Order: sequence, then C-alpha cells, then structure tokens
Amino acid sequence: MFNEFPETIEIDLRTRVNDAISWLLDNFGGLFDFIAAVIRTVLLNLEDAITWLPWPLVLGLIALLAWTATRSPLNTVVLTGLMVMIGMFGYYDLAMITLAIIIAAVLISFIIGLPIGILAAQSDKADAVIRPLLDGAQTMPAFVYLIPALMFFGLGRVPAVIATVTYAVPPLIRLTNLGIRTVTQSAIEAATAYGATPRQILRDVQLPLALPTIMAGVNQTTMMALAMVVIASMIGAEGLGQEVLLAINRIDPGRGFEAGLCIVALAVIIDRITQGFADQYKESIS
Amino acid sequence: MADENAVLLECRKVSKLFNDEGNTQQVLKAIRDGVGKDEIQEKLGTVVGVREASFKVHRGEFFVIMGLSGSGKSTLIRTLIRLIEPTDGEIIIDGEDITKLSEDGMRKVRRNKVAMVFQHYGLLPHKTVLENAEYGLKTRGISWKERREKAQGAIDRVGLSGWESYRPSALSGGMQQRVGLARALSHDPDILLMDEPFSGLDPIVRRQMQQEFGRLQNEEDLTTILVTHDLDEALMLGDRIAIMRDGEIIQIATPDQLVTNPADDYVASFVEGASPARFMVARSVMSDDPLTARDGDSAESAVEMMRERKIWSTFIVDGGNKVQGVMSWETIQRLAQSGGTLHLGTGVRKPVTCDSETPIDELFPLVLNTRHPVAVVDDRGTLQGMITKNMLLEALAHDIDYDEEDPESKPDLVASEVETSNQPSNEVTSV
Repeated sequence: MFNEFPETIEIDLRTRVNDAISWLLDNFGGLFDFIAAVIRTVLLNLEDAITWLPWPLVLGLIALLAWTATRSPLNTVVLTGLMVMIGMFGYYDLAMITLAIIIAAVLISFIIGLPIGILAAQSDKADAVIRPLLDGAQTMPAFVYLIPALMFFGLGRVPAVIATVTYAVPPLIRLTNLGIRTVTQSAIEAATAYGATPRQILRDVQLPLALPTIMAGVNQTTMMALAMVVIASMIGAEGLGQEVLLAINRIDPGRGFEAGLCIVALAVIIDRITQGFADQYKESIS
Repeated sequence: MADENAVLLECRKVSKLFNDEGNTQQVLKAIRDGVGKDEIQEKLGTVVGVREASFKVHRGEFFVIMGLSGSGKSTLIRTLIRLIEPTDGEIIIDGEDITKLSEDGMRKVRRNKVAMVFQHYGLLPHKTVLENAEYGLKTRGISWKERREKAQGAIDRVGLSGWESYRPSALSGGMQQRVGLARALSHDPDILLMDEPFSGLDPIVRRQMQQEFGRLQNEEDLTTILVTHDLDEALMLGDRIAIMRDGEIIQIATPDQLVTNPADDYVASFVEGASPARFMVARSVMSDDPLTARDGDSAESAVEMMRERKIWSTFIVDGGNKVQGVMSWETIQRLAQSGGTLHLGTGVRKPVTCDSETPIDELFPLVLNTRHPVAVVDDRGTLQGMITKNMLLEALAHDIDYDEEDPESKPDLVASEVETSNQPSNEVTSV
C-alpha cells in the first residue's frame, strides 16, 4: 500500500505559482512594461554602438585590450585571432548581437548583485536569508527561468536578458559577499581608528580590497551569461544561441559546431581580458 | 599654553570581559571581590581581558604599557578609543568620559584627538604612501590642498621623502611603519596610541626606529601611549611604565624605579635581565644623606663625622642647605688640631655639581675629575645628595654581576679596590 504516495496529501503549488504570476501581471503590468522599456533601450543602444563600429576597429580594440590586460604578445595574437575566426565563420554580426546581450546582462547583474552582496556581507541575518536563495537559484534548471520571463516580458531579447541575469547573478553576489568579508581586519581597524564612518570604510577599504574577488564574480557571471544565451534563444533572443537552436531543429551538426565554437571563442576573449585586468589590480595591491 | 602636568587621558577601573553573555554583572562583582582570573574563567566561563585598569597620562608624557602576549595590553589600548568596547569603567579624554559617547561622538574623538599606529601597519594597499599618510585628514573632511600639505610634512618628518607615489607593497616593513607613523603625525593628535609598532621589524631597523621615534617624541612634544612586550623598548622610551599581567596592571613606575624597586616577583623576573646602568640617573645613584657642615661649625665634630661615615670630604652649606663649598679631610683635620672652626676661606673648594636627572654616563667624567664627591643640587643650588666614586661603582656592580661574559668580575673585588681610592693618603691616616 506504500507503493503509491496518497493523493489526498498533495500540495498544489503549481496553481498557486501560476495564480501569483497572473496576479503580478494584472496588478504590476505597468512596472514590468517599464522595466522592459529600460532594458530594451539599453540593449538597443549597446547593439547600435557595437554594430556601428567597423570590424577592423573592433579587432584593433580587442588587440589593444588583450595587450594591456595580459602584456603577452601570444595572448594578444590568439585572442584577436579568435575574433577573426568568428568573422571567417560568417558569424561576426550575430556575435556582436550576443555580445550586446551579454554586456547588458552583466551590467544589470552588477547593478543588482553588488548591493545585495554588500548587504549580505554586512549583516549575518541578510546573509542567512540570501544564501539559500542563491543556492536554489543556481541549482534550478536554467530553462525554468524562461517561463516567467516569457510571461512578464513576452518574446525577444528583453526576457532573454532578464532570464540571463537571474541565472548569472548569484556568483557575483556570493563573491562580493566573500570578498568584503575576507578584507583584512587590520585595514578596517585602522580606518575606524581614524574616525571613518561605515560608509567611508566600505568605500575606502572594503570595496577596493574586495575588488579582485568581486571581479572574479563578474567574470563568472559573464561566463554563465554566455552559457545562458543559448538557452535564452528559445524565447527569441537573437545571436549565436539562435544558430545553435536552429542547428538542433534542422539536425545540422556542422552549423551547431561552428556556432558553438564561436560562443567558446567569445567566452575565451572576454575571460582572458577581464582576468588579465583583475590580476594586474590584484598584484598592485598585494 | 596648556598646563604641562594636565591629565590628558585617564582610565578609571576599566575592565573588558570576553564571552560574558548574560553574566556580566556577576563577573564584574567577582572582579571587585578579588576573584582570580583563572577561577572566573573556570566557574563562570568568562575571560577577563582587562581587569580594573586605572592610570593617568599627562600632557607630553610617554606612557608605556608592557606585558607578555595575552596580558591584555593590546586589548587595553584598543578600549581607549573603543576599537574594543570596554565592559566597565570610565575613560576620560580631555575631561570627557568617552565610554558614554554615541557612535558619532566617538568618531569625533577619533578624528580630532587621537591617532593610532598599528603593529601590522594597517595601511591601505591600494593607496599610495601620500594617500595613506593623509587618510586621517580625509575622514575629517579637510580640503585636498591642506591635507596634501600636512601629509607631505609628516612624510618628510619620518624620512620618507621621495616615496610619496609608491604603494605600500613596494616598501620594506620599516618603511611601511614610517607610513603608519606619518599618517598618525599628519593627524596632529593630542594623544598618539601605538600598538607594538616596532615588533614586526627586524632588530637593526627596530633599534633605529625606536631611536628616531624617541627623538621625534621629544621634538614634537607628543603625548604617547605605547604598548610593547619589549622591556628594552619600554625602558628606553618610557617616562612611566605600566606592567600588565593577566589583564591587570601590577605596577606603574618610572624605568629606574621599576628596575631598582619592582613591585613583586613577577616584575622582578621581568626586569632581571635589564641593565640598570643604561638609564640610571644621578638621583638613583646618589646618597640623599650627604655629609654637610655649616660655616662656623667645630672642625672637631666634622672630623668625627667623616671618620664615622668614612667619607673624606664635607660640603659646606648655608642655612637654606645651599652648597657653598667643599672641604677635604686634610684641611678640616688641620683646623681640628688647632681647635678651630670651619669657615669659608682658604681650603674651601668649589664642588663639582650635577642635577638629579644627569644620566649616569655623564656622571663618570664628573666623578673622575674631582677627588671630592659630586654634589647633586637642584636649580636653586640646594644640596640634594652626593655621589662618590664608590656609589657609582656600587650601582654598576649590580649590573656587572649579571654580566655573563665576564664571571670573574665579582662585585666585592671591585668594591675593595674602590674602598682605597677615596681614602686619604697614608700620611693623613697615620695621624
């Protein structure tokens, strides 16, 4: 008789969640429209700016950033070469669209994640609440975020950015929290002894010293956002992810491989450049 | 001008308990009842970090808090500006009990009255030397220009000119601590707090920094509270030293009092290795019962006294105990034989004098340059004591006794040789 769980003690969470979402939609539709409009504006402007740039300039920019960040001729050549490879596969335009989505998502993640991370670092109670939420958010299958994003913001790039942010923001919050909490006590004590306010301590001591860790968080967030753009293409995000999706639908492994490789290339370029800057800063303060 | 002897900071029965949730009052009562630290920890589970510490620090004074690690000295200095919140007691800075201040009021005290130097420097690694030096002024909201000027001045004073734009990580430990010192000096504090500022440095740099800081302290007339576990440092720099053990101050004394008159065995064992000669002054060597006679006294009785005391010179003083001269055994004896009295005239020499704070190394040439004792006088010329070659060597004998490299130098051997040196020549003793 214990082979089947009794139906009588069932919890019907799904209707409640659905009800809650419709209730939110009914009552806060304006808010969601506003958020959507803001994100759309940011996204469009970014995209315009990036696609407006002539490709040789983009290559030059990548080379310059790679050189300043890593000071290594090999890295500079390889990273610029990866961008050339994307262009030779014929995915330059799509890569730029993807880049715009990534930048927008990381920017929003930063704006949301940093204050939450600071809050978690300064209050153990807040940390106790935020930590399990982050654990949950990171274990939740990424597809699940697509549905409410779709419902609140419709199809297209805006819900894609929202879903990407939801998926990618946890590491930033986590590492901001960690970074601030592990700042050496002696520097904080000294600032306190000279009459610094908590705000001054945060600005002058904690954030600058936590910056390498926070940058590692931004880096992870960027990588997760890149992974998410493929999934987000299911709700209409254009770019490289869409190509992968198309390749699946048309059972075209070659096309999928090309697009996938381009995403990897984009990831490597962003990762090495941001990591390089992070390492330089880290070295300068230790 | 401010009163030289004004009390700038006073600690009244300051206690700091750790792990005292729920039983604070009970523990404080146990402390008042004199229950020991170990017993409190065992029975009540509370650690007594600082126990009823009381002391006063005067303007211009160099006050040292000394103890081994775990004695509560670092905790105590932190409670003074509430980096660690004291559990009980009052801390009065400039007449104001800071334990009663709000967060904001406390910040004002930290910004305007005190500056602290830390063992681990506590510098901001992402800021340059100059930016670090001006940090205290920045929290106060002082204008960019003024703060640059003051910070630059402080950097010059600690000898870091030319390093302004470097980051601390490019500097050696000693130089980083100079930055810490510059930050404190630019703050222009009433009270400078130093928590083991030199212990992280290697010995040569440490010695050099101690000397430089000692000089700086004198030049700038700072009021300093220094925490250290280094006895030499305490003796070298401190005007007064508080010895701490198990969270308790067990003695507050000047360096020479501490060495010559330790309060208990613990302090005694602490200062055992110290060489008293290094910081002894005339006051700690002299006899405060000098041999004196007045103008007009009988020469006979003077001779008696000299025989009795085995001191072969007598100071002639006036009614106000002012030194007027010194007379030798030979002269007085000649007078006594003719039944005369002492009078200021032939045979009265001008004595060699020093004041009570003259350091011992300056006493040697004085004592060696006269066959009479050296008169210790105050600034009005009143006789306070005298120092013979004997006394000087006896004071040193204690030191020599501990000299392990030369176990042959027995104090009694030295003393017997000395005995003869101050005695009158043979022809006189034969009389």
